[in-house]
Amino acid sequence: MDDLLSEFLTETNEGLTTLDVELVKLEQNPNDTELLSNIFRLMHTIKGTCGFLGLPRLESVAHAGENIMNKFRDGELVVSAVGVSLILECLDKIREILATLEATEKEPEGDDTDLIARLNAHAEGTDGGGEAEAPAAAETVVVEDAVEADDEEEDELERAFREALGPEELAAQAAEEEQPVAEVVALKPEPAAKAPAAKPKKAAPPPPPPPAAPAGDAASSVANQSIRVSVDVLENLMTMVSELVLTRNQLLQILRAHKESDFATPLQRLNHVVSDLQEGVMKTRMQPIGNAWAKLPRIIRDLSHELNKKIDLVMKGADTELDRQVLELIKDPLTHMVRNSADHGLEMPDDRIAAGKPEVGQVVLNAYHEGGHIIIQISDDGKGLNTDRIKEKCAENGLASEAELDGMSDQQIQQFIFKPGFSTAAAVTAVSGRGVGMDVVRTNIEKIGGTIELSSTEGKGTIFTIKIPLTLAIVSALIVECCKERFAIPQLSVVELVRTSNHSEHVIEHINDTPVLRLRNRLLPLVTLRDLLKLSVEGEEKETKLRDDNFIVVAQVGTYTFGIIVDRVFDTEEIVVKPVAPIIRNIQLFSGNTILGDGAVVMILDPNGIAAATGEIAVGETELSGLADRHHTANDEKVAMLVFRSGDDAPKAVPLALIARLEEVDLTKVESSGGQHVVQYRGQLMPLIPMQPDMKLAKEGRQPVLVFSDRERSMGLVVDEIIDIVEDRMNVELSAEKRGYIGSAIIAGKATDVVDAGFFLTQAYPDWFGSETGKENFDSSRSRLLLVDDSAFFRNLLMPMLSVAGYDVKAVDSAKSALDLCDKGEVFDVIISDIEMPGMNGFEFAEAVRENSKWSRIPMVALSAFASNSDLARGRAAGFKDYVSKTDREALLMTLQDTIAEIKGAA
Amino acid sequence: MSDTYKESEDFVTFYIAGQLFGVPVLRVQDIINPQQITPIPLAPPEIAGSLNLRGRIVTAIDVRKRLGLAPRADKTCMSIVVENGNDLYSLMVDSVGEVLGVDASSFERNPPTLDQRFRDYSIGIYRLDGKLLVILDVNRFLDYNRGADAA
Repeated sequence: MDDLLSEFLTETNEGLTTLDVELVKLEQNPNDTELLSNIFRLMHTIKGTCGFLGLPRLESVAHAGENIMNKFRDGELVVSAVGVSLILECLDKIREILATLEATEKEPEGDDTDLIARLNAHAEGTDGGGEAEAPAAAETVVVEDAVEADDEEEDELERAFREALGPEELAAQAAEEEQPVAEVVALKPEPAAKAPAAKPKKAAPPPPPPPAAPAGDAASSVANQSIRVSVDVLENLMTMVSELVLTRNQLLQILRAHKESDFATPLQRLNHVVSDLQEGVMKTRMQPIGNAWAKLPRIIRDLSHELNKKIDLVMKGADTELDRQVLELIKDPLTHMVRNSADHGLEMPDDRIAAGKPEVGQVVLNAYHEGGHIIIQISDDGKGLNTDRIKEKCAENGLASEAELDGMSDQQIQQFIFKPGFSTAAAVTAVSGRGVGMDVVRTNIEKIGGTIELSSTEGKGTIFTIKIPLTLAIVSALIVECCKERFAIPQLSVVELVRTSNHSEHVIEHINDTPVLRLRNRLLPLVTLRDLLKLSVEGEEKETKLRDDNFIVVAQVGTYTFGIIVDRVFDTEEIVVKPVAPIIRNIQLFSGNTILGDGAVVMILDPNGIAAATGEIAVGETELSGLADRHHTANDEKVAMLVFRSGDDAPKAVPLALIARLEEVDLTKVESSGGQHVVQYRGQLMPLIPMQPDMKLAKEGRQPVLVFSDRERSMGLVVDEIIDIVEDRMNVELSAEKRGYIGSAIIAGKATDVVDAGFFLTQAYPDWFGSETGKENFDSSRSRLLLVDDSAFFRNLLMPMLSVAGYDVKAVDSAKSALDLCDKGEVFDVIISDIEMPGMNGFEFAEAVRENSKWSRIPMVALSAFASNSDLARGRAAGFKDYVSKTDREALLMTLQDTIAEIKGAA
Repeated sequence: MSDTYKESEDFVTFYIAGQLFGVPVLRVQDIINPQQITPIPLAPPEIAGSLNLRGRIVTAIDVRKRLGLAPRADKTCMSIVVENGNDLYSLMVDSVGEVLGVDASSFERNPPTLDQRFRDYSIGIYRLDGKLLVILDVNRFLDYNRGADAA
């Protein structure tokens, strides 16, 4: 293709994209003369170039569009939605012609007279769309606006000017600023200076018209500092730098072997230069994510007209930069998701008003860096996902049975929207709802090593969170060894490393020769790299049994977590991913190969391929249980448990925090009183309750007893043997089957019954929790507490403890249910809330409570596993009175006592 | 597919199991000494692995195994590096000979009685003084899709 023509195509396409954005802005601020002249100029440039290149059809369309813009600019025509729509239509036509031009290098045949006629009619004001108003009036409005807005901006502007102009010019400018007209001019340098900074790849806007000449110079000089470079050149450069980095690594490795070398100093220097070079070249590939968003305002605008919805698109962090290649790949999924949010997520204006929300719905895009990744959030304040609809649809499509669905949490059900062929939109619209949606989005994102998560609250909105790597060219990888061969595993999919041996806490177990590992109360499926790659060490017999000592790389693909057994784990290294030769490309397990610092070639393992090869990918149940597990581990905290044996061999456990002392009772001293065993203990009679109702106490010998104590009272629980105190994360499976037990949990690798201490306390003293006990307690006399904690375990731990202390406790499992109680008008003296909770966390809950009039005065105490100073500060800011560690029973009770004393004192 | 022929053409020659082979000199990038090779698990047996040649990754192919011959006794061997597409391959051979200019008139097509694999990977044969030079068809030799079909 002709160089001139291809240049024109790139430039015009860029111009069109800018125009789309600017026009939508213009519609919102019709009086912005700066915007108007900018648009006019862009349009004019397109028209001018067309004429120069001899493209009459394009020229006539552009001319008609420019005509309207001219009238807008001169104030002869008022900017109206109709007018903007017409110009957008005109842009679409131009785009259409350009597409053909690009394909055939010729202008397509066609007739645009209709469009041109309509454009001209509007320009003449004969279509009635916008009556021309007095130009003078329009102008005054502009000036006034500018003056008003200026007061705050003046300082900033002056600074901008000082940078742009010499002091004399500034003085001159300042003199001019006396007149309001100059203020309009003064506004100009801002956007001009900002645009190139935010979007370096985009040409700076052309210089503004004569009055703004000084600012214009500044802008154009910025434009002169950037040049167009073809992507191929950059890619090539990147490849070469990658090679250079590898060579540098090799040299450094050699240097390490020779301590005293003349090369040491120059190599150090080379090292720095190469690092800088690498960074510099990487930068050329980086583009602001805003480039991928450029089309969105237009899409949203068209959508809002088409669907008669009022939509406000908010874009935050548009200047967050990421690799061009990644950018290209996420463009389409992002567009799709924003469309989805606007189409499915947001309700019609009437429905919104009925639901008590503002009429204008909001779609918010937010991008930011986080630990070597880019996080992009797409959230809307619409109706959220309808779990019932999803359930119906799942049952309809046979994705899951109704029984299965009933057992799932809302969050699990919501995940179904990522399944192929799933769309809950009642009707297929032109925009979305064709059932080729979220699964494609997810596939595309996972293809570039990213993840997508979803959280939705019915009636409140939906948030999608996408996490993608910064760049694809250089990745951080974990180097592992298996059968004397090294392999690289991308760090992104590695969750953790576990070392197993027969003597440590982690032991590999087998189910019919399939190795599995218990990891935090979950069975982790394991694959052996040795078997997977059919490796064997020469001279050694093929080992069928695993060695005693193994390393397990826990990897996560989507929501499927599995362990890869390797022989050794080395360091992590920055590697340059190179594609493998075509003849071995069909081996799924490798995603590429690379050269390490010591010059050796290693294969890069592809966790996706491994997951697929082991046949466990994307199966609904695995995925869901994986999710459920993540949910739990995120919220469970370590707790100390006393493990003991009583009756059968199964270990039993009780939270250590509840136990006052461990004693051994001399059985000869045990007496009987009122059908109960009692023993004299510290000058009092202490009832002894056997753990098993049918347990017969021996006549002599010693028996271990767990002593529970509360002020004056003590109770002894008789057990067979005290085994251990274990501090572990745990997840209690609740069951109501056995009296006296909360449920069971895996503790120290064994299924353990967790004892309900409250049950035994009431056996000793039926009135232990009764109201009379409050008498000798401090004057709290049944102060009402609200306990908010998502973990059933902690609720069951704290409930009896607080009851024992004489409080009337109501426990709920989420901030939401707590707020429901508030709505119902329940009143409490103190609210105790966990911080780490799914959905609304403790801080948000506190803020919500503080805003709520009914509960705003109730003191709140935060509970958390960690109570650092910053948490404390944050808690205070959110409205918590105090911050207590979850496992510190004394501190909690003290805090409660103080808090209640304060209330009583104040009352 | 096949290389073009002029009056005389230059070949890099090498020996495999006593037989003289040649590859067009213009296809050859490099002749390398034995190198540290990283095996590629799960790859076909004749793929010996990959190696690092001045920062580029080269896939090593054992020519003996590809031709279905018995493995050579000593593990070390010379390799001829050829380019195919954008990728480099190193052909592991018994020994590398010289660069030989041969007369186009001495060219013969493969005798039909030749072993199937030899016929597949050979363009033809040059009659030299006292010996025959088999010309390796590098494209077909490295075309694994076709090889898979044939197997």
